[in-house]
Amino acid sequence: MTTTDMPRKVDAGPGRAVRKKRPSGAASGGLRRAVPATTLLWVLAALYGLPVLWFVLSSFKPAGDLFSLPLTLLPHDPTLSGYKAAWDSANFSEYFINTTIVCVIATILTVGVSCCTGYALAKYDNKWLKVFFVGILATTMLPGEVMLAPQFLVVRDLGLYNSLAGIIVPAVLTATGCFMFRQFFLTVPDELIEAARIDGARELSIFLRIMVPISRPIMLTLAILSFQWRWNDYIWPLLMLNDPEKFTVQIGIQSLVGAQNINWSVVLGGSVISMIPLIVVFLVFQRYVMNADINAGLKD
Amino acid sequence: MTKRAPDVSASPPRRRSKYTLAPLVLIAANVVLFALFFLWPAVIGLVYSFTNYTGVGAFQFVGLDNYQHLFGDSTFFDALTRTLLYTVLFVPLNFVFSLLIANVLVSKHAKGVSVARVFFFIPWLLSPIVVGVLWRWLFGENFGLVNYLIEKLGGSAVPWQSNADLSLIVVVVAASWAWTGFSMLLFIAAIKNVPVSYYEAASLDGAGPWRQFISITLPSIAPTSFIVILLNTIHAMKEYPLFASLNNGGPGTSNNLLVQYIYQTGFKSGQIGYASAASFVLMLILMAVAIIQLVVNRRVENR
Repeated sequence: MTTTDMPRKVDAGPGRAVRKKRPSGAASGGLRRAVPATTLLWVLAALYGLPVLWFVLSSFKPAGDLFSLPLTLLPHDPTLSGYKAAWDSANFSEYFINTTIVCVIATILTVGVSCCTGYALAKYDNKWLKVFFVGILATTMLPGEVMLAPQFLVVRDLGLYNSLAGIIVPAVLTATGCFMFRQFFLTVPDELIEAARIDGARELSIFLRIMVPISRPIMLTLAILSFQWRWNDYIWPLLMLNDPEKFTVQIGIQSLVGAQNINWSVVLGGSVISMIPLIVVFLVFQRYVMNADINAGLKD
Repeated sequence: MTKRAPDVSASPPRRRSKYTLAPLVLIAANVVLFALFFLWPAVIGLVYSFTNYTGVGAFQFVGLDNYQHLFGDSTFFDALTRTLLYTVLFVPLNFVFSLLIANVLVSKHAKGVSVARVFFFIPWLLSPIVVGVLWRWLFGENFGLVNYLIEKLGGSAVPWQSNADLSLIVVVVAASWAWTGFSMLLFIAAIKNVPVSYYEAASLDGAGPWRQFISITLPSIAPTSFIVILLNTIHAMKEYPLFASLNNGGPGTSNNLLVQYIYQTGFKSGQIGYASAASFVLMLILMAVAIIQLVVNRRVENR
């Protein structure tokens, strides 16, 4: 009972009605207030931006200049040699392709499966659904890290060890995805379904032809999140993959940085390359992430 | 839940049975995944924690031996206390910074909010591995920018890598930096939900911004603060990749956290049974956290 109650909080979400309202309503202010607030904002932004800036700028330095004193922020003669070395020598192109395959397939499956589950949980009611709902809740309390060893054995026994499928399939079920869709479909009026039923539509075609199309914004949000999770996954691919040809980008970077003598030029190049896809995806779809109702917990 | 779908739950059995097949078809894929990758591992994990299984071949039940060993294992205790210390440092630091930034971002006096927001958000996109690499580069003992600046200013190089505690602090700062975007988003949503009339009334009564923050914002966003603390606690308890790339759990093994310990006993030394027992200790901690969450959620809801 306690467990079935909890997600209601999630459903209710932050009261949407008052969403747009902002604090600091006092109309006064003007320049006297804008200056300290803006200064604070940009000092903080600089503090957060500098590490990335230093990292990215360093990656453009030739290998010989990386450690030459005095350190300079801007590279003297910018070069892409680090990127090229990473891309060619460290098998990075292969890692990149593997990771892309994993991300794309896992994301498509996650979105599809979560949409179905979320709809069923929101719009139908029977005791099996309730049981399953509690089951999904349980997965949020037992993250994969807790069950590394047994999960590994299961996937091995299923014959998925050392294959990309071994990374993709176990990652498809996510509580966050199911809850995001459930939360969305709860806001869709039941009358819509009733009307379609009266018109003689069958249950599954109501879902496919009415519900799936209207849930597109949620699909996009979840797709972005799922892409990020899979792109950044480290520990599970590390366990699953034995064959260096199947490594993902994160394993590749870690194997470079875990080496006795770190070749920083290659590490910097490789890391920056690995950042690009996510930053592009984010900048393009920024509003879907920023406005997401992430109360269900972006914690996968 | 029932309140949300009254028409279905209140309907007579005859009508309800009409709709059993469709939902079951819809959840079928996830049910299979759930059974295969959650239920089955959870059950065999529990069983293996009472055995001396090594991943291959036969195994014997050893009762509570694994758990007894675990409590006498100083490596395990070091990992456990280090994990707790990391959590205790990371959660407040992240909390303070993300709350501060969220407040600045919703303030209508600050200019350039939409651009600045991206700066806070990008670290969250980066993988823990890349974050680790990035901070390792920044805090390298002989080559890092931070030590270079310290020496420039007349200080001496700080042993960020070879001192275990300083090394942990670098990870804490790096994690807070990376995770700010996430907590910040939750805080922004909560702060925007505080009715603006509260602030208007307060400023009429002459309350300054700080006073308004303490007396209005903080109490109003209490549920969100709580969620942020819990999610971050859970996140911190299972941290591993960040340590792997930043200092490899080092120097030596001084910064090996629980997940790394589980990984090493389970996969490097093949003691699956023993690692499963360690996993279940971690699970109990996370369960405790989850139960606190449930209890407090209910209390907040009933308020």
